[in-house]
Amino acid sequence: MPSLIKALNSQVGRKFMTGITGIGLMLFLIGHLAGNLTIFGESQAFNVYTHTLESLGPLLYVIEAGLVFFFLYHAILGISIWRQKKKARPEGYDTYQTKGGPSHQSLASRSMIISGTVLLVFLVFHIMHFKYGLFSPDEGTVILESAGGVEARDLRALVIAEFQNPLIAFGYIAVMALAILHLAHGAWSAFTSLGMKHGETSKKVQLGAYIFAIVLMLGFIFIPLYIFLTGGEGSLIAY
Amino acid sequence: MSKEMTIHLKYWKQNGPNDTGHFEEYTLDNVNEHMSFLEMLDVLNEELMLEDKEPVEFDYDCREGICGSCNLVINGQAHGPKQRVAVCQLHMRNYNDGDHVTIEPPRAAAFPVIKDLVVDRSSFDRIIEAGGYVSVKTGSAVEANAIPIEKEKSDAAFDYATCIGCGACVAACPNASASLFTGAKIAHLNKLPQGEVERSNRVVAMVEQMEEEGFGDCSNFAECEAVCPVGISISAIAEMRKDYMKAVVSGE
Repeated sequence: MPSLIKALNSQVGRKFMTGITGIGLMLFLIGHLAGNLTIFGESQAFNVYTHTLESLGPLLYVIEAGLVFFFLYHAILGISIWRQKKKARPEGYDTYQTKGGPSHQSLASRSMIISGTVLLVFLVFHIMHFKYGLFSPDEGTVILESAGGVEARDLRALVIAEFQNPLIAFGYIAVMALAILHLAHGAWSAFTSLGMKHGETSKKVQLGAYIFAIVLMLGFIFIPLYIFLTGGEGSLIAY
Repeated sequence: MSKEMTIHLKYWKQNGPNDTGHFEEYTLDNVNEHMSFLEMLDVLNEELMLEDKEPVEFDYDCREGICGSCNLVINGQAHGPKQRVAVCQLHMRNYNDGDHVTIEPPRAAAFPVIKDLVVDRSSFDRIIEAGGYVSVKTGSAVEANAIPIEKEKSDAAFDYATCIGCGACVAACPNASASLFTGAKIAHLNKLPQGEVERSNRVVAMVEQMEEEGFGDCSNFAECEAVCPVGISISAIAEMRKDYMKAVVSGE
């Protein structure tokens, strides 16, 4: 029998781990969206949420390390699968088309490497943007009454200010739209990689994947779109 | 009366594995709608030879859809436009007068071109040699119904066993993966009592051989299922994945 490391690096193992890390990342996105939506809560809900996260101390570093590992592992597997594809078919077809029917070939499934690469580049930019605030003036601080009067970064103000910039707002929206494509294939494919058979259940999972991708990403898209359209003064945002 | 058609062909010519290869074009003016696709190629070769040109090589044997020798990619689709049909069973009535038809060999590093449209599929043989057999002693043939097995299992094993090894799955896969072939060959043995004894060794050895032959990874495009002339489901790949991970975790 192969060692576990060798097994996880086999063609079956690589796809298995792409599925596992993909499902982990989808769960993370659900949590991420739930956190983001606190911006529509009472006036300091978002800052209380971000302050709580930042106060986790060592636990936060463990979570962050886990996320970095999942993202990088997922990306490296995707790139290695793409590189192997180039090696396995050095000379392409003059003409190529899908036969349809049970095939899952689509714009989504064929562009995973492109949507994935854009998402990875976006991720780096996104962390520098909102976690480290590298592209904007210091966001200032705020006193959180509901959290015992502590002083915290006013990330809420940063988010509202940043998304009034059309370049940033629509840049984020475009990337989130691309993420719909990535998830439309990925959310179904992950379960197939873990051994789900092709049949009635699989059809339901594919439908579920489409709905999940659209609903989740519309959630992410709604925030920059709403802030941009209302100039940060919409009635859903409490002051 | 049967219809006669003009078909504009564009086909791959490659004079051996190391030749770069190129397309050639030829127009056939009297293609009968009742011809099979391979009979149309026979007519092409007759005409080429009458003109003192070299005929185009293509693989075939039984011409009745069961041997898996023919494997042409026609207008970008393995085995042509119809589902659950091998090229030899594809008829020219599926084409219209004046159609342009491009014929290419399956393209994969693990299927090197021997000549023109003929590729070397011995990589499949080596995957079978790695574990696609039962080596435990099963005695002389007993009455078939003496071995108890659920109908669903024996039906599934039979469905996977219908694989004719043509390689259309590899040809059509955007990654040139052989997962459907390998999965079907593993599953049809692993599902039966005679094959189950060696299931762990079989799945590991065959997956390793598949990778060694230089096929691509499976990205769950399911295009293989669409082009498979016997309609093998990508559930075969799911079975392979489950059996492989089980074998690794149990460490048998």
